[in-house]
Amino acid sequence: MSSQASAVSNQEAQGREMTMVEALRAALREEMRRDDRVILLGEDIGVEGGFGGAFTVTLGLSEEFGHHRVLDTPISEAAIAGVAAGAALGGLRPVADVQYGDFLFLAMDQLANNAAKLRYMSGGKLSVPLVFRAPVGATTRGAQHGQSLEAFFMHVPGLKVACPSNPYDAKGLLKTAIRDENPVIFFEHKLLYGSKGARKEKGGLQVTGWVPDEEYLVPLGEAKIVRPGRDITLVANLLMVHKSMQAAETLAREGIEAEVVDVRTLTPFDWETVFQSVRKTTRLIIVEEDNLTGGWGAEVAARVADHCIGHLDAPVRRIAAPDTPVPFAPVMENFYVPSAEKIVAAVKELVGTHPQPWM
Amino acid sequence: MAEAKLTPEQKLAMYHRMLLCRMFEERVYFLFLEGRLPGTIHQSQGQEASAVGICSALDAGDMITSTHRPHSHAIARGVSARSLMAELFAKETGCCRGKGGSMHVGDAGAGMLPAIAIVGGGLPLAAGYALAFRYLKQPNIVACFFGEGAANIGVFHEAVNMAAIWNLPVVFVCENNKYAASTAVEKVMRVKHVSERAAAYGIPGETVDGNDVEVVYQAMVKAGSRARAGDGPTLLELETYRFAGHSRSDPGHYRKPEEVAAWKERDPIARYEARLLAEKVLEPSEMTKIRASIELELETAIAQAEQDPSPKPEDCLTDVFAS
Repeated sequence: MSSQASAVSNQEAQGREMTMVEALRAALREEMRRDDRVILLGEDIGVEGGFGGAFTVTLGLSEEFGHHRVLDTPISEAAIAGVAAGAALGGLRPVADVQYGDFLFLAMDQLANNAAKLRYMSGGKLSVPLVFRAPVGATTRGAQHGQSLEAFFMHVPGLKVACPSNPYDAKGLLKTAIRDENPVIFFEHKLLYGSKGARKEKGGLQVTGWVPDEEYLVPLGEAKIVRPGRDITLVANLLMVHKSMQAAETLAREGIEAEVVDVRTLTPFDWETVFQSVRKTTRLIIVEEDNLTGGWGAEVAARVADHCIGHLDAPVRRIAAPDTPVPFAPVMENFYVPSAEKIVAAVKELVGTHPQPWM
Repeated sequence: MAEAKLTPEQKLAMYHRMLLCRMFEERVYFLFLEGRLPGTIHQSQGQEASAVGICSALDAGDMITSTHRPHSHAIARGVSARSLMAELFAKETGCCRGKGGSMHVGDAGAGMLPAIAIVGGGLPLAAGYALAFRYLKQPNIVACFFGEGAANIGVFHEAVNMAAIWNLPVVFVCENNKYAASTAVEKVMRVKHVSERAAAYGIPGETVDGNDVEVVYQAMVKAGSRARAGDGPTLLELETYRFAGHSRSDPGHYRKPEEVAAWKERDPIARYEARLLAEKVLEPSEMTKIRASIELELETAIAQAEQDPSPKPEDCLTDVFAS
């Protein structure tokens, strides 16, 4: 669905503009009201007089649902993940979170060896319906609070990976993830939260979006073409969807029409939407905030090479962070994070590329 | 708390179950040497009193978690020798349909999650399962087996602490068999007993003779009652010894022959057999009958496992995600 089409249909529905934080909170609230088995686990998420998790997503939920459903944990990421997996095996639907995605490395054994594999190891008898929310993205916090980690989890069979770019998708995807029978790692970008007040992120985008009052779900595994175009395909997730949109607007003023595909989830991945777009535009750039080497865009490039090589009129290009830790100094961080300008420059280069004999 | 009274039938059942554990492992050992089983094995001869004493104190709806050395836990919990053997033979009829293997045997329907073969990895799962029991108001508990080696991994601390602060219905059962692979416990721990660490979490800790099945049973009844009553976890340490090496290729040269011999004097099955004979709970003729029935059960399990179909190669692709 194009953005114009969704805007038209939204005007007819009841709803309101929400930030990402409000949309995520609404998803948690609705699912907790719908299903008693949904519980939350995390650090600082339900403390009275506290701040509702590192980015206020769970604010007010312990007051509504009680501390037996909003469990404040010690600083124990491995146990948060393992306890969530055990509770999921035991019949609950835990939604756990880490304050920063970087802390997922502390929970890696429980996520990658237990949650992801128990269904397989049991010969299909068990399932592990848990959601693990994790904020990612460089935000002048330096090397240990700013990484983008999607590729690590996309690589583990048995884990699903969601990475929404806007409030509508965030709410619909989180509700679907909570109802999914499998472990879902749910990435949220810190600059997209749009949270108000003390926790407002410097440099954050004022991303709000129309969210209908009526209940809806967004399925895992369906990409969305957020801007149609004929000349080149930009495939992105999270914050990079917004950078790609900015680039597309700049390019449009120069007569270049970029199609922007928001992948929305990495596992399952909507290959067909990407392939169809590439076959139409014949050019592809994948934009991600992760480090270049081994990023999820490499997988997209490889699959496109396999399925669409005959349709390509230019080499597949990837725009990603360099292979360095996330730097602190804003001047370096701005260099590190892919920018709309970099995307524009790459698009101009590729659109000027003519088909080679081997293509 | 008064000791739970064991009936002669219960005692015989524990004896029978320990013997099944031992004879299963002995058969598996030779099957392995004969090259009839793929993979690796971590055996538990000598630790049967721990497995059987704990599991005999559990109710049908309770759950256990286990380790890379899970065969006796599975048998003690009532996973059938037939489905275990089939899993070791990598057959479709195995308890994990050939996708688990020796280190992941289990059957949640029988009250045992697939064994977790990352040392310490099962502890938070056990706590989480216990959280679900309590949240869903089920009267059940989790018994979480792990070795003394696991007491040194970080997640031990995280999981025991979390279970303690939330009073979860879980019993942490440390089988202290003195060696983490080849590393002696004295080299890697300054405290004498793992159970002393319970003090760090504000929960009871107890060390008992892990080679006396009735002592283990009574300790578990006590810890289990506490957990069921909502009073939280216990750290129970069972002092025991594995007669076999760490894994298939380990001759155990790091242990002195005198030490092994001394522990063999405390063989949990021989001790219990002598006690039951003295108590006249067991007659010598009955011993022969029990052994013969176990032989038959294992022969049948092996014969069936060998005839059972293998999974199809492409079955590799299923069961990654639930639909």
